Amino acid sequence: MNSENRRQDTPRGRAGEPSPIAEPLDAGGRAASITIGDSPELRYVLRLADTCLIHAQRLTEWCGHAPVLEEDIALSNLALDLLGQARALLTHAGAIDGRGYDEDRLAFLREERDYLNLTLVEQPLRRGSAHSPGGDFADTQVRNLLLAVWLKLTWERLQSSSDAELAAVAGKAVKEARYHVEHAAGWVIRLGDGTQESSRRTQAAIERIWPFTAEMFADDEVDRAISARGIGPARSALLEPWLVEVQAVIDEAGVGMPGASRFISSGSRGMHSEHLGFVLAEMQSLQRTYPGGVW
Amino acid sequence: MYTQAMDTAPREDRQAAHRTEDQRELERRFEERIDAGDPIEAKDWMPEHYRRTLVRQISQHAHSEIVGMLPEGNWVTRAPTLKRKAILLAKIQDEAGHGLYLYSAAETLGTSRDQMLGALHSGQAKYSSIFNYPTLTWADVGVIGWLVDGAAIMNQVPLTRCSYAPYARAMVRICREESFHQRQGFDALLTMMRQGTPEQRAMVQDATNRWWWPSLMMFGPPDSESVHGAQGMRWGIKRISNDDLRQTFIDAAAEQAMVLGISLPDPDLKWNEIRGHYDFGAIDWDEFWRVVGGDGPCNRERLAARVRAWDEGAWVREAALAYARKSSGVQQEAA
Amino acid sequence: MNPARSEWPLWEVFVRPRSGLEHKHCGSLHATDATMALQLAREVYTRRQEGISIWVVPSTQITASDPGDREMFFDPMEDKVYRHPTFYTLPEPVNHL
Repeated sequence: MNSENRRQDTPRGRAGEPSPIAEPLDAGGRAASITIGDSPELRYVLRLADTCLIHAQRLTEWCGHAPVLEEDIALSNLALDLLGQARALLTHAGAIDGRGYDEDRLAFLREERDYLNLTLVEQPLRRGSAHSPGGDFADTQVRNLLLAVWLKLTWERLQSSSDAELAAVAGKAVKEARYHVEHAAGWVIRLGDGTQESSRRTQAAIERIWPFTAEMFADDEVDRAISARGIGPARSALLEPWLVEVQAVIDEAGVGMPGASRFISSGSRGMHSEHLGFVLAEMQSLQRTYPGGVW
Repeated sequence: MYTQAMDTAPREDRQAAHRTEDQRELERRFEERIDAGDPIEAKDWMPEHYRRTLVRQISQHAHSEIVGMLPEGNWVTRAPTLKRKAILLAKIQDEAGHGLYLYSAAETLGTSRDQMLGALHSGQAKYSSIFNYPTLTWADVGVIGWLVDGAAIMNQVPLTRCSYAPYARAMVRICREESFHQRQGFDALLTMMRQGTPEQRAMVQDATNRWWWPSLMMFGPPDSESVHGAQGMRWGIKRISNDDLRQTFIDAAAEQAMVLGISLPDPDLKWNEIRGHYDFGAIDWDEFWRVVGGDGPCNRERLAARVRAWDEGAWVREAALAYARKSSGVQQEAA
Repeated sequence: MNPARSEWPLWEVFVRPRSGLEHKHCGSLHATDATMALQLAREVYTRRQEGISIWVVPSTQITASDPGDREMFFDPMEDKVYRHPTFYTLPEPVNHL
C-alpha cells in the first residue's frame, strides 16, 4: 500500500457511526501518526494525561506477578484509577485541540515527541528493556508515593481551575489520589523499616528515581501561561508541600533523602528517556497494525 | 470452572477400616445431612475423605483463577483501546479476587495459603489445563471471554449448591461477578466481526479455531472414564455430569457462533433433530491428557511465572511481616 | 524461618453494604497489619464503594460457638464433644451492639 491509497470513505466509529476523520496510512500501510496543536492549555492537559497513562501502563506490568495476591488486586485498582483519569484528560485534550481526536487517537497515534509525560513514569518498574535492568517492588511503591503526592497536590489545586472540565476531573481524582498516597506511604514505610534487605532496596529505589523528580517542579513557559490564566498551578508551587509530605514518609521509613541532582529530565517537553519508545511501541502496536480497525 | 480436579486427581486412600462405632455413626449422620440437603459448615464433623477432596478441588479452582490471569495479562499492555484496556484489567482483577475468595474458602478446611501455593509451585497441585495454551492475538482475549468463561460459568453455577457452604457462598459471589466477563468477551468479538476490517475478522476466526477444542476439554474426560465423578455427585460437590455439561455448552456456543458469523472448527458439528442437541466430532483425548500431564504449549512457562513471582516477592512479604512485628512489639509469632 | 512464622496472618472481613444493615461476614484475606487489612478488604470485597463500613479481625481473635447441632450427637444428654481438627475456627457473624 502506498501513501496514495488513502481511504476515501470514512471508516466507521465504535457505534457504527462514521467518524469525522479519514484514516491516514503511512508509507508502510500502517496507521499514520496524528499531529496536534501546541497551545499551553493543550500541553498542560496532555502532560497530566500522559503522566497518568504511562504510569498506569507501567503498573499493569505487575498484573499476575505481584508478591502477594492481595497486592495484585491493589495495584490493578491503582492502574484503573489512573487510566480513568488519563481517559478523562485525553478526551478533554481532544476537545481543546479541536480536531475531533478522541482519547484513543491521542493515546495510540501520537508519536513519542508529542507525548508529554514526566520522564519519571517511563522508567522501568518491573520488566527491564533490552538494554536496561527492570525495577522491583520497592521501585514501584517509591514511585507510587512520589507521583501520588504530586498528583494529589495538583488535583487539589485544580479543583478551582478556571477550566471547568479540569475542575470536574480534579474533584473526582483528588479522592483517588489521597488513597493512592496512603497506600504507597504504607508500603514505603513497611519496606523501609522492614528487613535489612527491604531497607537496602528502598534506599536504592529512592536513589534511582530521585534525579527524575526535579522535572516535577521545573517551570517553563507552559506553567507560566496556565498559572497566569488560573488554569492550574505552576509546578514550582508544588515543591514545598511535596517535600514536606515525602520527607515525613521517608523519615518514618528510616531511609535517607538523596541530595538534589542538577539533572532535569524533559519528558514534559517531548524529549524522553530511551524507555518511552519501548512502552509506546508495545502500547500502540495493534492500532498501528490494523488501520481503520474497530475494537 | 475447573472441576476437572475431581476427575483427574489421584485416588485418595480411604480411612482404615478400624473406624469406631462412634465414627460410623457420625458418618451415617453426615450422609443423612447430605441427603437432606443440609449445608455443611467448617466446624461441622465431616469424613476426612470429604474434607481432603474439597481442599483439593477448591484450592485447584483457586489456582486456576490465578494462573488464568497470565494468558490475559499478556495483552493488557497491548489492548487496542483504552476502554478495552480498562475492561481487561478489571476482568483480570476480578479473577485475582475469585482466587482469593476460593483460597479463603479452602482455608476454612484446615489448610493454609502457603501450603496450597507450595503444592501449586511444586507441580503437585493442578490447575485448569485450558490456561496452558498461548494467547497469540488480541482476538484470543475475546474468545477466552466467550468460550472459556462461558464454560466456566456452566461449571460454576451448579457449585453454588455445593454441600460445603463456604465453597457454595464463594461460588455465589464469583458467579455474580463472572456474568460480565463472558458478555465483554462476546461484545469484543461481535464488534470486530460486525464493524471491523477483514483482517480483524480473520483474527477472530483464527482464535476460535485454536480455542474451540481445548474449551470442550474443560469439562473433563467423558463420564465413562471419570474416576471420581460418582463420589463427587454423592456428596453434592459435583452435581452435573461432564458429558451433560459439555453438550449444553456446545448447543449454546453453536448458536452464539452463528450470531457472531464465524464457523466452529468441527466438520461434524450438526443439529440432530431426534436428540434435540448438536452432534459433534471426536475430541482428541490424547491431547487433553498430554496437556494435563504437563506437556502442553505453556505449562512450564505458566508455572515458572507463578514461582518467579512468589520467589521474587519473598523479601516483600518478609519485610511486611517484620515491620508488623516491630510495630506491635511482638517478638514471637503466636502458634 | 519456619513456615508458620513466615506466613501473613489471616483476617476475617465483615462489610456493611448499606447503612441500616448489619455487617456481614464475606470472607478472609492475608495481611500483616490492621491498616493493610482494611485497605485490602476495601479493594477485594467492596471495590471502592463510598460509605461502606468494613471491619477486619484477625481470625485467631474470633471465638466461635461449637456447632451445637444436636443431631450430630446421638445422645443429646451426652457431654462427649467431638472436636474437629480444623486449623482455624470459622467465624459466625458476631453481633456487636
